[in-house]
Amino acid sequence: MRSLIDILDLSVQEIEELISVSEDIIANPEKYREKCRYKKLATLFFEPSTRTRLSFEAAMMELGGNVLGFSDANSSSSSKGESVSDTVTVVSGYADIIAMRHPKEGAPLVASMKSSVPIINAGDGGHNHPTQTLADLLTIKREKGTLENLTIGFCGDLKFGRTVHSLIAAMSRYKGIKFVLISPEELKLPSYVKETYIKNKGIEYEQTTSLDDAMDKLDVLYMTRVQKERFFNEEDYLRLKDSYILTPEKLVPAKEDLIILHPLPRVNEISTAVDNDKRAAYFRQARNAKYIRMALILKLLEVD
Amino acid sequence: MRVDSMKDGMVIDHIACGKAMDIYSMLSLDKLDCAIALLQSVPSKKMGKKDIIKIDRILDINFDALGFISPNITIDIVRGGEVVEKKHIELPEKLTDILVCKNPRCITSVEQDIHHVFRLTNKEKGIYRCIYCDTKA
Repeated sequence: MRSLIDILDLSVQEIEELISVSEDIIANPEKYREKCRYKKLATLFFEPSTRTRLSFEAAMMELGGNVLGFSDANSSSSSKGESVSDTVTVVSGYADIIAMRHPKEGAPLVASMKSSVPIINAGDGGHNHPTQTLADLLTIKREKGTLENLTIGFCGDLKFGRTVHSLIAAMSRYKGIKFVLISPEELKLPSYVKETYIKNKGIEYEQTTSLDDAMDKLDVLYMTRVQKERFFNEEDYLRLKDSYILTPEKLVPAKEDLIILHPLPRVNEISTAVDNDKRAAYFRQARNAKYIRMALILKLLEVD
Repeated sequence: MRVDSMKDGMVIDHIACGKAMDIYSMLSLDKLDCAIALLQSVPSKKMGKKDIIKIDRILDINFDALGFISPNITIDIVRGGEVVEKKHIELPEKLTDILVCKNPRCITSVEQDIHHVFRLTNKEKGIYRCIYCDTKA
C-alpha cells in the first residue's frame, strides 16, 4: 500500500505514467467511468479549500466512486481535540483512500504511518502539495510538449509557497532546466530548498526582485499569491501582498509561447485582463488537476 | 592529573572540548550511584583538546545521541581491567526522540504520542531536518 506525501515519493518514470494515464482519461473519459465503482474516497480537509477538495471529489465521481468527508476542522472531531492519528485510524475503516489537507506541516505523513489505506497529501501548511505539482507537470507537458530544456520563473511568495517548493523539487530531475526566482527579499526561496534542489544539482538559476527583468527569458511563469494565512503578523502581509501584479503591459516583452501558471486562488496578482491572453494557462491547469488526481487515485488503489 | 583505572566500565573518549557536560546531562549520569570521572580540556594529539568521561559501570547507551552531540566520539568498553571493545561513533542517519522540532507549524507541536524524528540531510555540515516539516534542528 502506497501513499503520496511528497512529490519525490514518485519516480520520474511514475510521473510519466501518471501523465500518460491522464492524457488517456482526457481522450477517452468513458473508459474510466466505472473504474472505481464501490470504492470510497474520504476527503479530510482540516483547512478550508475549494478547488482542491472539489477537484478530488470530482475525480473520484468521474471514476464511478463515492466520496465522504468534511471540509473544515470545526465540523470534525479534531475540534474536540482528537489527534490526526486517531481520526485517520477511524476513517481508514470507512474509506478505501484518503485525501488530507491539514494546516500543520507533516500531518499527512503522520496519517500515513497510522492508516491502513493510501493517504494523499492534499496540502500540509506551507510545506508540500504534491498533487498540485502533478497538475503543474501535466499542464507544462500538455502546453509545452516537454518537461525538459525550460526556463521556469517563479514569482511572488517563494518562502511560504508550498507549490513552488514541490515544483522546484520535481523539475530539478529533468534535463536542461533553468530557474528564475523572483520575489521580495522577505519572501525569498528558503535556503534548504535552494541548496537541495538547485545548487547541489548544479542547476542554473537567477535570483531577482524584478519581474520585468526576467520576463523575456521565461518559457513558464509560475505566479503565486502572497498567502495571508501563512503570516503571523498582519503588518508584514499588508506590506508584501501587492509586490507583483501581472498585467498585459508587463507581458509585452514575454515570449509568444510563454505559459502562465498559477495554483489558484488568485487575489489580484494576475489582472483579469490577462485571462484572455492565450498564454494564460491557469484555468486549463485547474482542469488538468482533476485528470491527474484521477490517474493518481487509480494508481494508489492499484486499479488497472 | 590521574584518574584510577577501572575494572568494569566504559570510557567515552574524543568528546569535543566543552561537550562533556552536555553528554553528562543527556545520559542523566547524575542519577547513577557509581563512580564517574568527567575530564575537560585534556591535551590530545588529534584534537588539540578533548573531554573524556569515565563511568565505573557498563551502560546501555543511546549511541545516536552521542554522535549528534559530538561526532567522532569513541567508546571503550572495559572488562576485567582490559579494553574488550572499541566503538567509533559517527553521525547517525536518524535521531529519534532526542530533539524536539522548533517549528510551531509542525504537526509535532500538537499531536500527542508522536516520535520526534530527524534525518541527516547534510553529512559534511552535520545538518538534521525534521522528517515531518523539514525544519533544521
